[in-house]
Amino acid sequence: MKKLINIFLVLVMSGFVSSSYAASIKWSMPGDSLTLDPHAQNEGPTHMVSRQVYEGLVTPGINMEILPQLAESWDATSADTWVFNIRKGVKFHDGSSLTASDIAFSINRAKTAPSDMVDLIKSIKSATATGDHTLEIVTEGPNPILLNQLTQIFVMSEAWAKANGCEVSYNWDAGETSYCASNANGTGPFKITFREQDVRTVFEKNTDWWGDDSTHNIDQIELLPIKNDATRVAALLSGEIDYTNVVPVQDIERIKSSSGHTVKMTPQNRTIFFGMDQGSAELNSSNIKGKNPFADKRVRLAMYHALDMDAIKDKVMRGQSVPAGIITAPGVNGHTPERDQRLPYDPELSKKLLAEAGYPDGFELTLDCPNDRYINDEAICVAAIGMFAKIGVKVNLDAKTKSQHFSEVKEGDANGMTSDMYMLGWGVPTFDSHYVYSYLFDSAGSWNKVNFSNARVDELVAAMGVETDLEKRNAMIAEAWDITQDDVTYLPLHHQVVNQASKSNVDVPIRMNNEPLFRFANVN
Amino acid sequence: MIVVAFVSFSLFNFVGDPVNSMTGEDASDERRAEVREVLGLNDPVYIQFSRFVGNIVQGNFGISYQLKREVSDLIGERLPATLELVFVSAMLAIIIGTILGVYTGIHRDSFLSNIILVVSLAGVSLPTFIIGIMLIYLFSVILGILPSFGRGEVTDLGFWTTGFLTISGLKALILPSITLSLFQMTYVIRLVRAEMMEILQTDYIKFARARGINKNTINYKHALKNGLIPVITITGINIGTLIAFSIITETVFQWPGMGSLFINAVYFVDIPIMSAYMIMVAFIFVMINFIVDITYYFIDPRIRLKEESN
Repeated sequence: MKKLINIFLVLVMSGFVSSSYAASIKWSMPGDSLTLDPHAQNEGPTHMVSRQVYEGLVTPGINMEILPQLAESWDATSADTWVFNIRKGVKFHDGSSLTASDIAFSINRAKTAPSDMVDLIKSIKSATATGDHTLEIVTEGPNPILLNQLTQIFVMSEAWAKANGCEVSYNWDAGETSYCASNANGTGPFKITFREQDVRTVFEKNTDWWGDDSTHNIDQIELLPIKNDATRVAALLSGEIDYTNVVPVQDIERIKSSSGHTVKMTPQNRTIFFGMDQGSAELNSSNIKGKNPFADKRVRLAMYHALDMDAIKDKVMRGQSVPAGIITAPGVNGHTPERDQRLPYDPELSKKLLAEAGYPDGFELTLDCPNDRYINDEAICVAAIGMFAKIGVKVNLDAKTKSQHFSEVKEGDANGMTSDMYMLGWGVPTFDSHYVYSYLFDSAGSWNKVNFSNARVDELVAAMGVETDLEKRNAMIAEAWDITQDDVTYLPLHHQVVNQASKSNVDVPIRMNNEPLFRFANVN
Repeated sequence: MIVVAFVSFSLFNFVGDPVNSMTGEDASDERRAEVREVLGLNDPVYIQFSRFVGNIVQGNFGISYQLKREVSDLIGERLPATLELVFVSAMLAIIIGTILGVYTGIHRDSFLSNIILVVSLAGVSLPTFIIGIMLIYLFSVILGILPSFGRGEVTDLGFWTTGFLTISGLKALILPSITLSLFQMTYVIRLVRAEMMEILQTDYIKFARARGINKNTINYKHALKNGLIPVITITGINIGTLIAFSIITETVFQWPGMGSLFINAVYFVDIPIMSAYMIMVAFIFVMINFIVDITYYFIDPRIRLKEESN
C-alpha cells in the first residue's frame, strides 16, 4: 500500500515539476499575412508569420542582436566577399535536407523582381554555393550592414519551389497565382498546417527542428486576425484569444484591470516626425509669397520649441510614447541618449525667433497627416496645430488615409503640388543609421521630401555605406547627425511604444520591432 | 450596368496609388516605373476601359494587387459568408418585423405596442457598429455564451461553405445577423403597421367584419396579404442595402465576407477587388429588383387580371 502511495506521489510530483506540457496559443492582430511567399511582400504582419516557419542565414534575437541561424559562422575574406559556413543536419518541413544551394537560390530569388526584397539587398552582386555547406556572397563594394540586411531574407527549398511553379516570387506575365503564396515549406520551429487568409492560420510544432526547443512549450499556434480594435479587445477579455501584439492605447487600462490579463510595453524602433520643406523657393499652401519661411533655420527652430511633447504624451498618447530629440530610436546604431534630449518647450522663444526671422505675425500653411497608419496619428496632428497656433503659425490640417497620404508626400497631389509640411514615421529594420540617411537625408533619398541637400552629408552617406572600419564609420555617422540635428531638418515628435496584451499565464517575450518569436513563448 | 462598369473602371485612375501599396515604402523609383508598366497603367484610358469590359464579361476580374490571387476566386470564397449573413438578417427583419408590425397595427395604442415602437427606434438611430459592440460586450465578454468574432466551424460543400450545419456556425450567426437586421426590422415594423392601419379602415374589411368572418382570417389572410406589396418592394431594395451595410457588421464581427474583403481592398487601394465588388453589388441589385417585379405578378391578382384582359 505504502509503495503504491509512493508511486502515486512520484507521478503527481513529476506532473508538477515538468513544465513541458503541450500548449496551444491563440494569437490575434488586426492584419493577416498578405502571402506565405517569404519574398513577395516586405511588410510587417507578413514577415511576422514567415518568421515562425522560415529561417535566414542570421536572425535578430529577442533584443535585436544578430544571431547565427542557418549559418553557423562566417568570415569576410576580402572587402567585398563573405563566406558562410552552413549548419548541417537541417531539414525542411517536407523532410528534404538543406544545402547551401537552397540558400543561394533563395537570395537570388529575393533579388529578382517582382520580389519585394529587391531594394533591401541591392548591394549583393552574387550568392553562390561553393560546397554543400559553404556559401559565398559577393557585394558591390564593402557592405558593413550586410548581416543586418540578411536577417530579412528567408530561405526556401529550391527543389520545392521549382516543383511547385514558384521559382520566381510572382509571375505577373503568366497571371498565375502562386502555390507558394498559400503554402509554406521552411526550416523553422513551426510549420503551417492550415491556411485560410484573413480567417485562420494554424501552425504546429516542428518536431524535427534542428534547434533547441526547450525554450518554449507551444504545440500549436492559431493566428486569428481581428481587424476591429474593440472586437479584438473583447475577444481577449472573453478568453477567445490568448495574445495580441497590437493593443489600442485607450484599452490598455481596461485590460490591465482585468485580473486574468497582463499588458507589456517596450519602446519601438519607429519614430514619428514632421518634415518641413526647406528647399522649395515658395511654400505651395502658404500665404507668404516670394520666399519660403522654412528655408530659415530660425523658423524651423521656432516650430520645434512650440511643441509640448510631454502634453501630447499625456493627453493624446495616454502615456504610450517616448518624446524624442532625434528621428531614430534607441537601439539604432548612431542613436545616443544625449542626441535624444529634446529642445525645451518654449513658445515665447518661438515667437522671438519668428520675429527675428521676419515673421512677427506668423504665417499660414497646410499640414499633411495620415489618419490610419501610426498610433493616434491624426490626433497628434490636431494637438500640434493647436500648439503652432499659439505662436502665430496658423496650420490647416489635411488628414487622409495612408494610401493617399504617402503617395501625395512622395509624388505630389493630383495637381503636382508637393507637401509643405507632413507627418512621417520611420522604422529602422537594420538598426543602423545608414537606413535613415539613405532614404531621408541624402539629396537623392527617395523619401527626402523636405528637399534637404547638403554636400557633406551626401559624402558621408556614400562613405558610411562602404566603410568597414567600425570606428571610422561611427565617426561618420556622428558627424552626419551633428549636421542634421543642428539643421533641424526634421521635427522629431516621439518614438512609438509597443504594447502587447495576453492572458496572465501566457508569456511571449516583447521585442522592439513588435515581432513575436513563439519559439521563446510559454503557456504556464 | 455599363454606367457602373465605367465608374468601377474610373476607380483605377482616381483612387490613391496602388503602386505604393504594392512596392512598399523603400522601393526605388525605377521599380515603381517597372510595376506601372507591367500593370498597363501607362496605356490610354479607352484602351484600358475596353480591356476592362472585355475581361469582366468573361468573368475575369483580374488579379488582386495586394494578395496576388484571382479576384474571382476571392469573391467566390467570400460570397457564401455574406449571402448567408444577409439571408438570415433579411429573414429576421421580415418575419419579426411583420409579426410586430401586424401586432402594433391591430392593437394601436396598447402598452406593448408603444414599447415595441420605442425600442425599434433604437434600431434606426444607433449606428450599426455600436449595436454590434454592445452585443459583443454583453454576450461574449460578460455572459460568455456567444462568440465575439468569426464564422465558427463551416462545412465545405465544394462551391459553397455553410455555417448552418454546425452548432458553432449557428452560434456565430446570431449576433451579426441581429445587428445587421435591426435597421431593416424597424422599417418593416412601421411600414406594416401603417399598411395595416390603413387597410383596416377600408370598406371591404368593414364588410368582412359585418359578415362575421373570423377576426384572424380578416387580419392575416385578407388585410396582411394586401399590405404586403409595399413590404416586398422595400425588402427588395433593402437586401441591396443589407449587402452594403454588411461592410460594417462584417468588420465589427470579423465576418469573412465580401464586405470585409472590400474594406481591406480600400485600405490597400486594391483596385481590382474594389471594382469587382461594385460590379457584383450592382448586378445583385438588378437581379433582386427583377425578381421582385416578377413576384408582384404572382402576389397581386390585379396585375395578372390586367395581363389576361389584354
